[in-house]
Amino acid sequence: MDKNQESLFVRLIPFFERYGILLLILIMIAVLHLLQPDVFLSWRNVTNIFKQVSWQSMLALGVFMVIVTAGIDLSVGSIIMLSLMGLAIASKAGMPWYVVMLVAPAIGFLCGMFNGIGITLLRMPHPFIMTLGTLYIFRGIGNLISGGVPITGFAEQIRVIGNGKIKLDVIFGEGAREYIPTSLILMIVIFFIFWIFLNHTRIGKWIYAIGGNPGAARAAGINVDRILIVVYTLCGFLAGIGGLILAGRTNSAYPNAGLQSELDAIAAVIIGGASFFGGRGTVLGVFAGVMIMGILRNGLNLMNVSVFWQQVLIGSIIILAVYIDVLRRQLATRT
Amino acid sequence: MSDNLVLEAKSVSKFFGTITALQNVDLHLNKGEVLGVVGDNGAGKSTLMKVLSGLYKPSEGSLFFDKEKVTLNSPRDSQNLGLEMVYQDLALAGNLPIGDNIFLGREPTRKVGPFNFLDHKKRKQLTEEHLAKLKINVKSADQKVEELSGGQRQAVAIARATAFNAKIVLMDEPTAALAVKEVGKVLDLILNLKKLGVSVIVISHRMDDIFTVCDRVMALFQGTNFAESELKNTSRDEVIGWIMGKKD
Repeated sequence: MDKNQESLFVRLIPFFERYGILLLILIMIAVLHLLQPDVFLSWRNVTNIFKQVSWQSMLALGVFMVIVTAGIDLSVGSIIMLSLMGLAIASKAGMPWYVVMLVAPAIGFLCGMFNGIGITLLRMPHPFIMTLGTLYIFRGIGNLISGGVPITGFAEQIRVIGNGKIKLDVIFGEGAREYIPTSLILMIVIFFIFWIFLNHTRIGKWIYAIGGNPGAARAAGINVDRILIVVYTLCGFLAGIGGLILAGRTNSAYPNAGLQSELDAIAAVIIGGASFFGGRGTVLGVFAGVMIMGILRNGLNLMNVSVFWQQVLIGSIIILAVYIDVLRRQLATRT
Repeated sequence: MSDNLVLEAKSVSKFFGTITALQNVDLHLNKGEVLGVVGDNGAGKSTLMKVLSGLYKPSEGSLFFDKEKVTLNSPRDSQNLGLEMVYQDLALAGNLPIGDNIFLGREPTRKVGPFNFLDHKKRKQLTEEHLAKLKINVKSADQKVEELSGGQRQAVAIARATAFNAKIVLMDEPTAALAVKEVGKVLDLILNLKKLGVSVIVISHRMDDIFTVCDRVMALFQGTNFAESELKNTSRDEVIGWIMGKKD
């Protein structure tokens, strides 16, 4: 290759590193719009995508922070189910709606803290093992307290979080059907708060430092165990919020809630460009990863592609995304 | 002994079970002095450094900072007294920029309401000032450490150690992992610290390092003081002899 050409190519790498994933989303949107011109970009379908990803994005955001510390949390799918069941039982017991609303995040918080304490204080050799254990434990407890049957019917104040609509009469005129889902607003607010947390606070910086080199973090006087407990607790808390959103969306707590959603969360984080070895990744990348998964599923559903093919495609995209990352790294280190 | 004494260890011994790592070792260091510590593997150099930095507690003997007797319970204590250690494995986070590494754990912040946020501007400014003071050349303070050469990383590690007005810097084999052309830059940096009035203790196997930067050299042999001399009164061959336990 000509030297000038190569240097131009190399200079483009950081640009793609930062914005390549947004480019990919735009391409996906363009292609799906061409294939389904009447449906895909309709207000109804777009809000549908956001409502679907809103609870999944909470799991992805939590798992992302854990992966930045070079850890993993396999239990978030079970935490979402346990917090959903807890919420349902509190609701059936006739507690006021504002208590019921707090139950899910509180359960998530405690589950996450349990993971964090197990990983640090019990000196488990890897977070994989601790959270694999709690994946079974939390779902088991969820089924024990609910008797393994669905519980349905929540107060309107609970439902509004996952299912609420902010009408846009002001913009589109009286009686317009266009609206913004409350869960989309909640998702944007939470992502913004965690973006601030990870990029503009000392603890956020330390989370990245621990992922880069835990020894360096320790030598700098950072209490690594304490930060890890904070990270796993926040991850559980976010899963609890996800449970709250899901409660509103489905108006029911069911034994299979969140089943395997921990894998979707990990997939979204990896597609979003975070490194599995820790220390690398952005909140915007997680958002993009979640959107790619959501848009893909939605688009394939619209085109009546079978669920089995969807599985094959999503798996392929994970491998492709990481392989592109490997290639990019090779190019970057070659110079 | 001179009035400039900043650090002194008197008859320090360190036992690990039945093993004697250090036996009645004395060490002193003056302001702005570069002291070389030499010795074969297992002679006790690293153990002595860990005692001085507070990582190990001495089994016997005492430490004096600015002529005052102190007890160190952790490296935090020695840092508070103005002593910083540059670790052999560098202890840097490669995924973070230079400035973040220098200020890791001690980040400048600004208050917004009840919250403390990172002050990115101030960190960048302090980093650039500090690098300029030490005459360390890098493309940008925002460059990630993993993109730097071994010598530049060593420079960042030293910059990190001296960012908070350290009076004493301990360096364990600062040139061991470096390419030949980078060794000179790190040695220049040590001489620069000396000019700024910082006292430095350098552990090194390389006679070139010792004879380029040190004012004085002391040799440990099997955990004891073996020999010591002003640099101008000794020679490479003599110091190499000390390392092997030979004295004329």
